[in-house]
Amino acid sequence: MSDTLVPFDDVLASYDPALGLEVHVELNTVTKMFCGCPTEFGAEPNTQVCPTCLGLPGSMPVVNGKAVESAVRIGLALNCRIAEWCRFARKNYFYPDMPKNFQTSQYDEPIAFDGFMDVDVDGETFRVEIERAHMEEDTGKSTHIGGATGRIHGADYSLVDYNRAGIPLIEIVTKPIVGAGAKAPEVARAYVAQLRDLIVALGVSDARMEQGSIRADVNLSLAPKVSTGSTTKPVLGTRTETKNVNSLRSVERAVRYEMSRHAAILDAGEKVLQETRHWHEDTGITTSGREKSDAEDYRYFPEPDLVPVAPSREWVEELRATLPENPTAQRARLQAEWGFSDLEMRDTVGAGALALVEETVAAGSSPQAARKWWLGELARRANDTDTAIDALGVTAADVAAVQALVDAGTINDKLARSVFEGLYAGEGTPEEIVAARGLEIVSDEGALSAAVDKAIAANPDVADKIRDGKVAAAGALIGAVMKEMRGQADAGRVRELILAKLS
Amino acid sequence: MPEISRDEVAHLADLARIDLDDAELDHLAPQLAVILESVASIRGVAGDDVPPTSHPIPLTNVFREDVVTPSLTAEQALSGAPASEDGRFSVPRILGDEQ
Repeated sequence: MSDTLVPFDDVLASYDPALGLEVHVELNTVTKMFCGCPTEFGAEPNTQVCPTCLGLPGSMPVVNGKAVESAVRIGLALNCRIAEWCRFARKNYFYPDMPKNFQTSQYDEPIAFDGFMDVDVDGETFRVEIERAHMEEDTGKSTHIGGATGRIHGADYSLVDYNRAGIPLIEIVTKPIVGAGAKAPEVARAYVAQLRDLIVALGVSDARMEQGSIRADVNLSLAPKVSTGSTTKPVLGTRTETKNVNSLRSVERAVRYEMSRHAAILDAGEKVLQETRHWHEDTGITTSGREKSDAEDYRYFPEPDLVPVAPSREWVEELRATLPENPTAQRARLQAEWGFSDLEMRDTVGAGALALVEETVAAGSSPQAARKWWLGELARRANDTDTAIDALGVTAADVAAVQALVDAGTINDKLARSVFEGLYAGEGTPEEIVAARGLEIVSDEGALSAAVDKAIAANPDVADKIRDGKVAAAGALIGAVMKEMRGQADAGRVRELILAKLS
Repeated sequence: MPEISRDEVAHLADLARIDLDDAELDHLAPQLAVILESVASIRGVAGDDVPPTSHPIPLTNVFREDVVTPSLTAEQALSGAPASEDGRFSVPRILGDEQ
């Protein structure tokens, strides 16, 4: 059942891709969307359920105000208009992951609509138009039992845990993104990445793709290429929707794969089937899901058990005032302030150290020193111990204090590593650790001079070379002196002493 | 005048998981048409100034604090289930309808 594929470059010679992304964000509210059940991850099955989220007769939903607040803040951060009045709707379908036999969602009255996000790809900006962001609830989790592979096909029966059913979701839907051409896969990835950063900055979700708290559905279609300068409006082709793509890399790969697959179908003169596709992380391909039902098959109607949501303009403005700086703009600002190269900035963000570097700079370090510690010593420690970089027990203030000790000449970079060892072990402040571990650089000229004399005496050949003017050979003597001083000497001063004695 | 075809009734029955045979479809389709017609007469009474009502009481913004209330135990939750296993609801295998 493997599909024929057209090489990516050939796709672009004949077709223009149109993208659409639907991203589900699981909110980090303490309770569910319509009931007071907890939302904590990893509880025993069916211990965070009640008559409302189980859809038992007579139960009544009540909207979680905090979830509405988060929805409005997400909408505002995406430059959306916020509805003055909107309702929930029932999306009817029969599937055991929703015990009510409908999902409470929003239909033609989303809480936020008509927004945009500017996405940067390799220095080029693409404006992604946001069609809508609406509130809904998550579904339960099914485990398929029996069958060869544990997948749904061939399963004998399924077991359902409803702990997740009813957790608030915000679904963010883009308008078709056209004109990205060869960059379509990267634009898709960059959009989801920037959206995730925005959600993190808003603090409304755990935003962990690997745990499913952000899930992307990728819509893709191809249209015959319109030559440059043509006034003919491109017509969108038939789209497929690839569900549950759960990493940034996979978003990019799924777009690439579907472009190649669609092109092969169209090249053969056949029609793309409008359907749901399943993404396979292991093989990097999509396979056919079900044929997409028409929207009317869900028989949406206004939810009679919930009253409309009408966010007052005053409240919306209050929430607008709580918005954090846009992460993309913030990065550009910090990069300019710090004088980082693109690569240094990318590494800092990639290491999850942006805020830490920012705090360290605020505590008095130079940006380069802050970057050096967080991306060197501390990133290595985080990696070696499989710990988050902000959970090492070392604060931005500690790093700034260590660097201040280096700047003051009390310790050098090598001794600073011992200070960090002390910080990991919880031995106190950097100053206390320097004192307790005796790490201070020896500035006693007598002791230094004696160590230099000893090194010269032990390495007469090297000393002769330096006397002959081969200053580069001094490194070997510096090493010997540093060893003698157990690292507690200023290498620059040692060099000066060696050269003075051998000139 | 609203109309509902026999095919539409069959489609809706399928969506609602109601198994109707040919005789039942022949019987029900005209009845549904009559019901739709009766409801449609309300449309004639309501003027443009009367918005469609989805809730009888004109209330908005009824919100709950984001505070945990007690959940059921797994045993209680599963007490009405025809079948369960490992603390979870057991359901027949699902074909062709994956969401």
